[in-house]
Amino acid sequence: MIEKVIEEEVPTTEENKERLRLLTVVRGETLRNRDIYERPPRYELFFPNFVMKELCVGLAFLIIIFTWAYYKDAPLYELSNPAETPSHIKAAWYFVGLQELLAYFDPYLAGVIIPSLILGGLYLVPFLDPDPVKGIGRFAFKERKFAIGCFLGGYVMWYALLLVGMFFRGTYWSFYWPWEDQSVVKATEVALWSFPLPAGIAFLVCYGLLMLLLPAVIFQDFFFRVGLIRYFITFNLFAAMCFVPIKVLLRNGFHVKYVLVTPWFNI
Amino acid sequence: MKWVPLGLVRYTFCLGGLSVFFFLLCILTGPFLMLYYVPDVNRAYSDVMDIMQVVPFGAFVRNVHRWSACLMVLCVPLHMLRVFLQAAYKPPRQLNWLVGITLLILTYLLCFTGYMLPWDQEAYWGATIGATMAENTPILGAKGPFSVLPSDKDIHYIMLGGTVLDQPTLSRFFFAHCIAIPGALAGLMGFHFYNIHRAGGMSGPL
Repeated sequence: MIEKVIEEEVPTTEENKERLRLLTVVRGETLRNRDIYERPPRYELFFPNFVMKELCVGLAFLIIIFTWAYYKDAPLYELSNPAETPSHIKAAWYFVGLQELLAYFDPYLAGVIIPSLILGGLYLVPFLDPDPVKGIGRFAFKERKFAIGCFLGGYVMWYALLLVGMFFRGTYWSFYWPWEDQSVVKATEVALWSFPLPAGIAFLVCYGLLMLLLPAVIFQDFFFRVGLIRYFITFNLFAAMCFVPIKVLLRNGFHVKYVLVTPWFNI
Repeated sequence: MKWVPLGLVRYTFCLGGLSVFFFLLCILTGPFLMLYYVPDVNRAYSDVMDIMQVVPFGAFVRNVHRWSACLMVLCVPLHMLRVFLQAAYKPPRQLNWLVGITLLILTYLLCFTGYMLPWDQEAYWGATIGATMAENTPILGAKGPFSVLPSDKDIHYIMLGGTVLDQPTLSRFFFAHCIAIPGALAGLMGFHFYNIHRAGGMSGPL
């Protein structure tokens, strides 16, 4: 039966020869035609093969979690006391990045606007990427420099803030280097100053224009490929993302409290 | 019969599967914690204390719940990173990316609401930070810029069920953590998997 099939349907390419050589070790009756022809090369069954492999990885992590749970208790601190604000409050570790932002921005920015921009940007990702095919299913770093650069930049920043908040912040959210004793309460911070209103407006307008115009001028091919609307949204988000490290720099390097002070909100 | 690319299980490809696995562990351990935990501000803390010290295997079950939640909240963003780096959000998988981001948000919310339930100092003041942020929401929060709502009608009040963290807060966080968010998460997860199938399988050498 196998010989018949070879004559009629299978072109004798190198790959097929390879497969037919394998077939000879399998007994005739247990082999179904489907296994020879419908199975695409380099593919395997979702069930049970793939699921089984996932379960093996799951099992490995089950062992890790059970060991971890046996030796390390989940934390439980003293009973909550609304009357006593602890000097050392930290949010759950996955939100410490946002709490770290609170050191640089007002709560409406750190807690609402910035997370909304992050999530909105993430939702918009498929619509902002102008190329529908490049790099699907593989790590194409060189072909998608800007996309991957932006995403990794934001991702690394989120976790960098998180790590700083976790390990470098002590009592009253003061900054401590690893070699400093966190039980020693630090003196109050140096006096901060804010930009005067005209300077703040000028700074933000210049920054916005620079972030929106400069890439279009330098990478004109990119601008025309992306289109105006996509370009506008992308670089507004990009400018917002880059503003976070800029503010961190201004605060730590130049003791700037706010870039823009208005009666309604501060940035 | 469904074929997937061979060699799909590499260390980068298990992250989604692992997230589901950790979620399932939480789903399995959660109800056992619910047997001993009452969401009452006067009881919650001592109930968790009981779980840790009196209930047979209580500490172990709570630890598994807590640590697998930690690993889940670590795995989900890593899975998102892998999907982005392999451009798996491009057609025909855009919808699944959107569902995935929603799952990410729900995962964080699930952790946030669960963190609050032991009602200890860390939970209380951690949630207070979150509540302060809600209070400062522009327009919708009472203390935020351009606020239009009074402090007994704003988003902070809706979130806490009052102006301060108290029994209503614990009740609604308990409901969100045990029913609303896991339900939404499980449903959307199903949709997430169905979408993989509908979009023609996982990204990979298709």
